[in-house]
Amino acid sequence: MRGATQAKFAAGAIAIALAATACSSSGSSSSSSSGSNANGVVTAWWGDPQNPLIPTDTNEVNGGAVLNMIFEGLQHYNPKTGAAELANAQSITTNDQQHFTITLKPGWKFSDGTPVTAHSYVDAWNWGAYLPHAQNNTDPFFTSIQGYSDVHPASGTAKTQTMSGLKVVNDNTFTVALTQKFSLWPDTLGYSAFYPLPQSFFTNQAAWEAKPVGNGPYLINSWTKGSGMQLRPNTTYSGTYKPKNGGIDLKVYTDSNAAYADLQAGNLDIDNGLSNTALKTVQSDLNGRYLNQPAGINQTISFPLNQANWNTPGAKLVREGISMAIDRPTITKVIFQGTRTPATDWTSPVLGTEGGYSSTLCGDVCTYNPTKAKQLIQQGGGIPGGQLTISYNADGPHKEWVDAVCNSINNAMGNTNACVGKPVGTFADFRNQIQNKQMTSAFRTGWQMDYPLIQDFLQPLFYTNAASNDSHYSNSQFDSLVNQANAASSKATAVQDFQNAEKLLVTDLPSIPLWYQNGTVGWSSKVSNVSLDPFSVPVYTNITVNK
Amino acid sequence: MGRYVIRRLLQMIPVFIGTTFIIFAMVHALGDPVAALFGDKAPDPAVAAQIRQQLGLNDPLIVQYAHYMKGIFSGNLGYAFNGQPVTELLKTAYPTTLKLTIVAFTFEVVLGISLGVISGMRRGRFADTGVMVMTLIVISIPTFVIGYVLQYLFGVKWGIFDATVPDGAPFNALILPGFVLASVSLAYVARLTRTTIAENSKADYVRTATAKGLPRRRVITHHLLRNSLIPVITFLGTDLGALMGGALVTERIFNIKGVGYYLYQGILRQNTPTVVGFVTVLVIVFLLANLLVDLLYAVLDPRIRYA
Repeated sequence: MRGATQAKFAAGAIAIALAATACSSSGSSSSSSSGSNANGVVTAWWGDPQNPLIPTDTNEVNGGAVLNMIFEGLQHYNPKTGAAELANAQSITTNDQQHFTITLKPGWKFSDGTPVTAHSYVDAWNWGAYLPHAQNNTDPFFTSIQGYSDVHPASGTAKTQTMSGLKVVNDNTFTVALTQKFSLWPDTLGYSAFYPLPQSFFTNQAAWEAKPVGNGPYLINSWTKGSGMQLRPNTTYSGTYKPKNGGIDLKVYTDSNAAYADLQAGNLDIDNGLSNTALKTVQSDLNGRYLNQPAGINQTISFPLNQANWNTPGAKLVREGISMAIDRPTITKVIFQGTRTPATDWTSPVLGTEGGYSSTLCGDVCTYNPTKAKQLIQQGGGIPGGQLTISYNADGPHKEWVDAVCNSINNAMGNTNACVGKPVGTFADFRNQIQNKQMTSAFRTGWQMDYPLIQDFLQPLFYTNAASNDSHYSNSQFDSLVNQANAASSKATAVQDFQNAEKLLVTDLPSIPLWYQNGTVGWSSKVSNVSLDPFSVPVYTNITVNK
Repeated sequence: MGRYVIRRLLQMIPVFIGTTFIIFAMVHALGDPVAALFGDKAPDPAVAAQIRQQLGLNDPLIVQYAHYMKGIFSGNLGYAFNGQPVTELLKTAYPTTLKLTIVAFTFEVVLGISLGVISGMRRGRFADTGVMVMTLIVISIPTFVIGYVLQYLFGVKWGIFDATVPDGAPFNALILPGFVLASVSLAYVARLTRTTIAENSKADYVRTATAKGLPRRRVITHHLLRNSLIPVITFLGTDLGALMGGALVTERIFNIKGVGYYLYQGILRQNTPTVVGFVTVLVIVFLLANLLVDLLYAVLDPRIRYA
């Protein structure tokens, strides 16, 4: 035992010595990024996926990260710009924005050697949409396809097993008919719910779930549930994003602080699960090997417009006042260490101005102005119910910022009781209250985009009776502008129409934008070329291991 | 003795049923587990209804519980949401936690009792004061603070131990977490041993043994310690279960995928089969540890007999 301890000591001393020499030479070797080891394996932070890794069943980041490594769909979102580019699809054509013909690139294979055909897509989509399979990632992805309501009725049992809008023409071609015009639809096809599935999935689902097979840049070498997954380059991959490393070893961490300790100790290369405590010191701890950039996630406070007292012209002014009473720049700096960016619209900066992001759209309404705020709230007849409560789920990291927001509102009102946070025990209970229209005052909401499109930030949240319309907002003018945008023949006009619809939100304020969430990642000195895509997931294929 | 053991084992049945039902009802009361499956998005009502039906969540609580118990007796503890059978989770988690508990328990017994004996035999002297101050410090600092500080110093800064425990949890990687887990109980064991040793060292039988001319070593191990250990064993017995359940904090700090990790995940995702399955095994561990303690009394003190 004693000998072992001493050996450990010696090893530790050697490691420190090596680290010291590595440090001293790193100043001159910063240009050595060309000298990478193509066989080097990268270890990366991971959490246990919540559901089986089926594309139509995965809607959280941990499962999603793996799916994007082992699959490549019809389209691929450029990791830098977020723009959709053709991947497995040769072409996606339409004459009327409603009927699409999709042709595949020939010769693509799954990692088990079987070919990727039109059937791989059509069968996968039909399987995912079929109600008895109870996949929790179908809405809104398949809802726009004709025949969806037959395989997935809102109530009752499914009438058929396949959607009438999907037709296989030949091995490399299939057609899709939508229920209504949707000009940006081809751009949604990079999302994981639209991935193809190999024949083996349908013949033996349990075996496939134990070791999923896809057509992406990596394949799963081994997977120990709850502990980690080894991904290695897939030699049958035909796309453009070929791995520049020898594979990725994902390690499951139970706690973000444990991962950060491992990163500092040199046992972990990529950590994109940095905790708030780590963020305070990460710049100096990692010598600048740290990235903090906007992601396609925004945070808002929503109001229950289904409640009569929140749905009056006066309440509209009150909401405007509340928005103006929130000091966004200070809160993002102090509470979030600069990992949030004050919001200026309901989308995200990752869309870029061409994609519909605007730094001016919300304007004065989203700018801190305590005097005007107080004036507006009083003019609107005061806060409905006398006191503003902001509900949040206490099992998430929300208490700090909700208290800060309330504090900001209280200061503006000159009343320490104008606003208080209202914790709800669990996330599930919180969602239930929203779902069952039990909210009587404001509550926190957040949106993580499915694909980098302005449509995804507006339609599912604010269209009348849309699936995630938590504030129960309904404005026929908004709806018709969205319909108009979906029927547009060019992307530019569609984006313009969506922005016009978004402008209605500035006056109606069913929710007030708070800030955009950034993605953060820290990495070890062993790796280079670390970046985050618009979904704030590391671009694993690009990471290189230093020699 | 045999009869006593059988009676005790039979008593476990109502305790077992009662505790599982209470836990089942408590997890049930946390709310609708289906909503949590959908993240920040609103659940699709049709899919939610489908999942509820598949999981039998529409039945009354008592029916669900009966259904669950039926499964337990046929060896099926249900499934976690990611499709893994709970029995499989138990098989991976319990050996890991058991290893950690063994390391911690060893620290507790060896270090705790030795420190207690040293300190109890030298009351008021330097060694005694030292132990008392040290244990007081350990007791007053929360475990997670001790854990993070030791992890930073030994794992990150000096690199003597692994900062986190690698897959498979080899024993040498569990030394630091085991010590952290044991720390508070260790301090209690030391203090408890010190007090009883101090008390019993004035007892008649110790004086008799010393007067007989027995070597000091033999007096301590065979006469003094044997009697003094009864309260310590009581504490250790109940602590064995507490260590396994209380490993939650330590397991999180050192990234050990044991009982604490799966329990935490189960509660977070409101997965009744996972939580009830893990707690049920914990309950059994508690009951068996208590039985073992009671039986050990008789071994240590022949005056105690069970009919």
